[in-house]
Amino acid sequence: MTLLLEAVCKSYGGHAVVQDLSYALEPGTVVALVGHNGAGKTTQIKMMLGLTRPDSGRIEVLGGDPRRPETRRHLGYLPESVQFHPGFTGRETLAFHARLKGLPEAQDALLDRVGLIEAAGRAVRGYSKGMRQRLGLAQALLGAPRLLLLDEPTSGLDPALRRELYGLVADLAAQGTTVLMSSHALTELDGHAERVIVLNRGRKIADGTLAELRRLAGLPARLTARVGGVLRRIAVNEAEKAPTLRALLAEGAEGITLEDPSLDDIYAHFLRREAA
Amino acid sequence: MRPVLTIARRELAEGIRNRWVVSTTVVMAALASAIAALGSAPTGSTATAALDVVVVGLASLTIFLVPLIALLISHDAITREAERGTLLLLLSHPLSRPQVVAGKYLGQVVILLLATVVGFGVAAVFVVLRNGVEGWQAFAVMTAASVLLGAVFLALGMLTSVSVQESSTAAGIAIGLWLLFVALYDMGLLAVLVAQGGHAVPGWVMDLALALNPTDAYRLMTLGEGASAMLSGMGGVYDNSTLTPGLLTGALVLWCAVPLAAAMIVFSRRNL
Repeated sequence: MTLLLEAVCKSYGGHAVVQDLSYALEPGTVVALVGHNGAGKTTQIKMMLGLTRPDSGRIEVLGGDPRRPETRRHLGYLPESVQFHPGFTGRETLAFHARLKGLPEAQDALLDRVGLIEAAGRAVRGYSKGMRQRLGLAQALLGAPRLLLLDEPTSGLDPALRRELYGLVADLAAQGTTVLMSSHALTELDGHAERVIVLNRGRKIADGTLAELRRLAGLPARLTARVGGVLRRIAVNEAEKAPTLRALLAEGAEGITLEDPSLDDIYAHFLRREAA
Repeated sequence: MRPVLTIARRELAEGIRNRWVVSTTVVMAALASAIAALGSAPTGSTATAALDVVVVGLASLTIFLVPLIALLISHDAITREAERGTLLLLLSHPLSRPQVVAGKYLGQVVILLLATVVGFGVAAVFVVLRNGVEGWQAFAVMTAASVLLGAVFLALGMLTSVSVQESSTAAGIAIGLWLLFVALYDMGLLAVLVAQGGHAVPGWVMDLALALNPTDAYRLMTLGEGASAMLSGMGGVYDNSTLTPGLLTGALVLWCAVPLAAAMIVFSRRNL
């Protein structure tokens, strides 16, 4: 078990941010924490880093207490919209973080891996948001971590860089790294996260693979087709899909589109259910 | 130990990068040289060495300037990282919070050491070239004591920095600390002595009162003995005191250690 939360509660000034939260992550999995801003994602990550103590409950990271520095040796962390001292170059910044992790200073291979080798000699002051994020990712990957915590890693990234990031994440997971990333957009996680934990006001409201969440939500797919020049919109559930399609084809339907509920629909459904 | 040195090195590099090291060194050198030029001018008939005269002038200046520079360097050591958004990432690495405090403190002491030794050194060279090396021991002691005084205020600034959320709050507290130790405390002490109406205050009370203010301990240490005592008028206080240079050094070291330890404890307990 790379990460274990057991009945964790945390409140700030009487306001509960994380409530009775329990989950466990297996090695080599990519898991997404999904929730609105203020759902308690960042607070959870802070507790996993030992920066904040839970009010009650237990957190175990890589088999140890996250508040002990030694536990964090094999942990990589990318903060939300990561910042660095503007006066140092990318190479100097990465060297500093490498030394803090007890690694050699020369990390050009890593800079190359995140596509920053050409800008490595320039001061961070002149970096774009995407370049800062690349540097942040490079520092998170230092020393081949066994657990990677990525807080909103794709916010503000262009699609190309986003795809690159998910590629890196998949590579790492294949090598046995557990990746936990927070996000407020469920849609972009499709195909990238094996498991999704949906949070609302610090509570876990759904947990499973995307396919499981789809089934749990039980939202109908939307089928549109043109039959004899008339556009028909039909809502079909999983079991009705095949018979309905067959019937439509028999009627000579054209321009058939079948749209599964988007992840955002599913997310909205879980939030509505929670509110009810 | 390695994380401490890494952070110390980084703090020093930051000080060089943002011109803190250069500007403080230049300020120290300029003021020290001015005092040296003025102070060593009327020699010839006096029995004291030129460097002794400079020590008195420079020490009086140091009491105001060095605590101010030290507080300026250290008051935002932690708040700056928090405001820049780099603190959480720093603390996510395998290092403890006391190590962060120790590393930053160490780096700042080196910055102050460089500024003081180079700044005062320039002035010393100036005087030595004109008037010879006589009195260099007092000058060396004064330089070392100045660094120690700076280290005290670096520790106080560090304690301020870990105790508040914002740099602006820390700056306000730092100014308050500076006023308290450099001006208000002595005024208060003087007021008490006057109020006593000439009735002698017990010696140990006076000693304690002096040791409880790092700037007084520094003043006694650099100006209490030898030729500078006569010039500065501190000799009278020193002669009536049981405080030896060893005790005064001990008091200043405690003044570093206690706020620094407190800073480590406060920072470790904070939820970020």
